[in-house]
Amino acid sequence: MELPTKTFRVTRADLVRYAGASGDFNPIHWSDRIATTVGLPGVIAHGMFTMALVGRAVAEWAGAADAVVDYGVRFTRPVVVPDDDEGTEIEVTAAVREVTDIGLTRIDITATCRGEKVLSQARATIRTPG
Amino acid sequence: MSLDPSFVGRTYPPTAPYQVGREKIREFATAIGAAEPAHHDPAAARALGHPDVVAPPTFPVLVTMAASRQIIEDPDLGVDYSRVVHGDQRFAYTRPVVAGDELVCANTIEDVSTRGGHGFLTTRTEVTTPAGEPVVTVWSKIVVRGES
Repeated sequence: MELPTKTFRVTRADLVRYAGASGDFNPIHWSDRIATTVGLPGVIAHGMFTMALVGRAVAEWAGAADAVVDYGVRFTRPVVVPDDDEGTEIEVTAAVREVTDIGLTRIDITATCRGEKVLSQARATIRTPG
Repeated sequence: MSLDPSFVGRTYPPTAPYQVGREKIREFATAIGAAEPAHHDPAAARALGHPDVVAPPTFPVLVTMAASRQIIEDPDLGVDYSRVVHGDQRFAYTRPVVAGDELVCANTIEDVSTRGGHGFLTTRTEVTTPAGEPVVTVWSKIVVRGES
């Protein structure tokens, strides 16, 4: 079963807000100078911010804030966030892989940015809705 | 500088308790756009059977990332934080984190390797209450990008 696609827009302002809320002040998430010095194409989103947005999608599909019991991802490609008002977009799709007889649902997730996969092996286990 | 493989299996002393604040959960939920009432409203959280507002699933990274400084800043390991990017992350929950929790982290280095000039470091953090009640187990892999 495919779950409805969700799209999240991400701007530099979102990265600043996430840095403050999470305490992750790594300059690659706010300084083009430092990001390019270490070989990145530009300022990139915190992987954990992308993971948090995808986690939000999972919880929304589950219909409960506390539904997630296991959640893991691999960060395959950085999400580059340009310094403009548009930022970039992360698109999240998912499919139900399995519903267990103890009331858990396993979900395979795909997250892309500009058509390229930014997470792989993204999987969540949630308490089955209803 | 490559990472020292002799660190595999090393465990670190448990960290001082992190006090999970209601406003911090609200701030984090707002920063990621999580509008579910249970993240913001204690009454909504109580209706789900929790004592106070519930943290979003990736919230514990605040606690584990602070705790991982004992590894990242270990001078013998030699991690250049400005060259660090995140590889993998996983949370396996015993129960959700809620406001009022006190959380203690016990870090173990599960794997260290170097490939293609990049260093890879995998850690496992057991997050518990001070009494030892398990809350969530967190795995994290970081990549220290090589100079190129």
